[in-house]
Amino acid sequence: MAPERTRDIELRLLVEAIYLKYNYDFRDYSGASLKRRVRHALIQLKCQSISALQEKVLHEPGVFMQLLQYLTIPVSEMFRDPGYFLALRQNVMPILRTYPSLKIWIAGCSTGEEVYSMAILLKEEGLLERSIIYATDINPVSLERAERGIFSLDNMHSYTENYQQAGGLKSLSDYYTAAYDGALFDKTLRANITFADHSLATDTVFAETHLVSCRNVLIYFNKPLQDRALGLFHESLCHRGFLGLGSKESIDFSAYARSFEALSRAERVFRKL
Amino acid sequence: MSPRNWQQALAAHPAPIEALVVGASAGGVSALLTIFSGLPANFRLPIVVVLHLQDNRRSELAEVMGRRLGVTAKEAESREQLQAGTLYFAAPGYHLSIETDHSLSFSREEPVYFSRPAIDYLFESAADAYGANLAGILLTGANQDGAAGLATIKQMGGFTVVQDPQDAHVPTMPLAALELHQPDVVAGLEDIRALLIELEAA
Repeated sequence: MAPERTRDIELRLLVEAIYLKYNYDFRDYSGASLKRRVRHALIQLKCQSISALQEKVLHEPGVFMQLLQYLTIPVSEMFRDPGYFLALRQNVMPILRTYPSLKIWIAGCSTGEEVYSMAILLKEEGLLERSIIYATDINPVSLERAERGIFSLDNMHSYTENYQQAGGLKSLSDYYTAAYDGALFDKTLRANITFADHSLATDTVFAETHLVSCRNVLIYFNKPLQDRALGLFHESLCHRGFLGLGSKESIDFSAYARSFEALSRAERVFRKL
Repeated sequence: MSPRNWQQALAAHPAPIEALVVGASAGGVSALLTIFSGLPANFRLPIVVVLHLQDNRRSELAEVMGRRLGVTAKEAESREQLQAGTLYFAAPGYHLSIETDHSLSFSREEPVYFSRPAIDYLFESAADAYGANLAGILLTGANQDGAAGLATIKQMGGFTVVQDPQDAHVPTMPLAALELHQPDVVAGLEDIRALLIELEAA
């Protein structure tokens, strides 16, 4: 077998160092995307090599927090893939309505666009007041932004389009006020949202839930880590609970392929068997 | 123009080609149909294509190309292992990469030159995964995506082909590539078509 290339060795050592020192586990993340993000971080953090970055990361916790911003992917949208939210509205909400109280887990919530989308959907279905939403992510900076609930006004046009295609009952602008170039979302939406640090790679299940929505997170994981995450969702979900994934994510080839049935295969909404 | 013709360039490449990556943008559908039209139904190499598409639309590109060309073509799926004799197309809205174990992976990072999928993502990851055993082709297009990725393929020892800007529907993308590196071959679509047949026969 050919010896490993120096850069690949450096990357493995960096990821190991991060895990040992900060307990953030990127060891089972997809290589191509991780390499690209580390390469980008090297330029931004002015490091000559991954080894040089590793030294800084080990000795300066502040640098690790900066690096984390490059390693996680804070790209999100409100009502992204409107068909998904429409499927939740039409096929999942009527069943959730039969429960006296609801727990919903948004795993890998990033900067919160999807959390507020879910809160708006629940509100319009008359379910928000009896719901607790757990919004979790590994990046504390993203969680803080999510908690603030301020999104760029520039995006509201496309979010409004998404919202309407998702079967929105009102106008998206009913839920925010424009302030300082931002759209500040109604704080009653987040009254029942708990934002929390949680890792699908290292943490365990924290609550029994009725719906788990985890979209465009599993695409960054290798198969064992995907299985770990799906295992957490399976354990967390109540009998016949619902699972929503990203438009290119599937459970078909996972260890949990037979533990869920497809409610809407096209929109990636599944139900626990 | 290339100092050598494509036959000499290909013969001089020191490593066997095990995979092919192709990038195209404006004018790309017809260019792809031309270069792939000589492929036998049971072609040998896995071929992965990024064609710039509008975000958030379901694409029937793979279906259409497969039918027109009479070969196995499909939209790439996350975590799937590359197979010989299959033409893969990147899905709209996601960057597509090739992992070192020759499986495909997706990401939702920011668009590059307003494009997601970006050709650079595919090319750079493929260069890392295949090194000298990779051929990359950059075709017609109206932006600079793919130029850096193709240069990376060359840097990692791979074989690079740029469509002759004079032959291209929109020359911006080939010109951007030629700014960054000297490819093994600069040629028109007909020659690239012949080159692919030769690659298959190798």
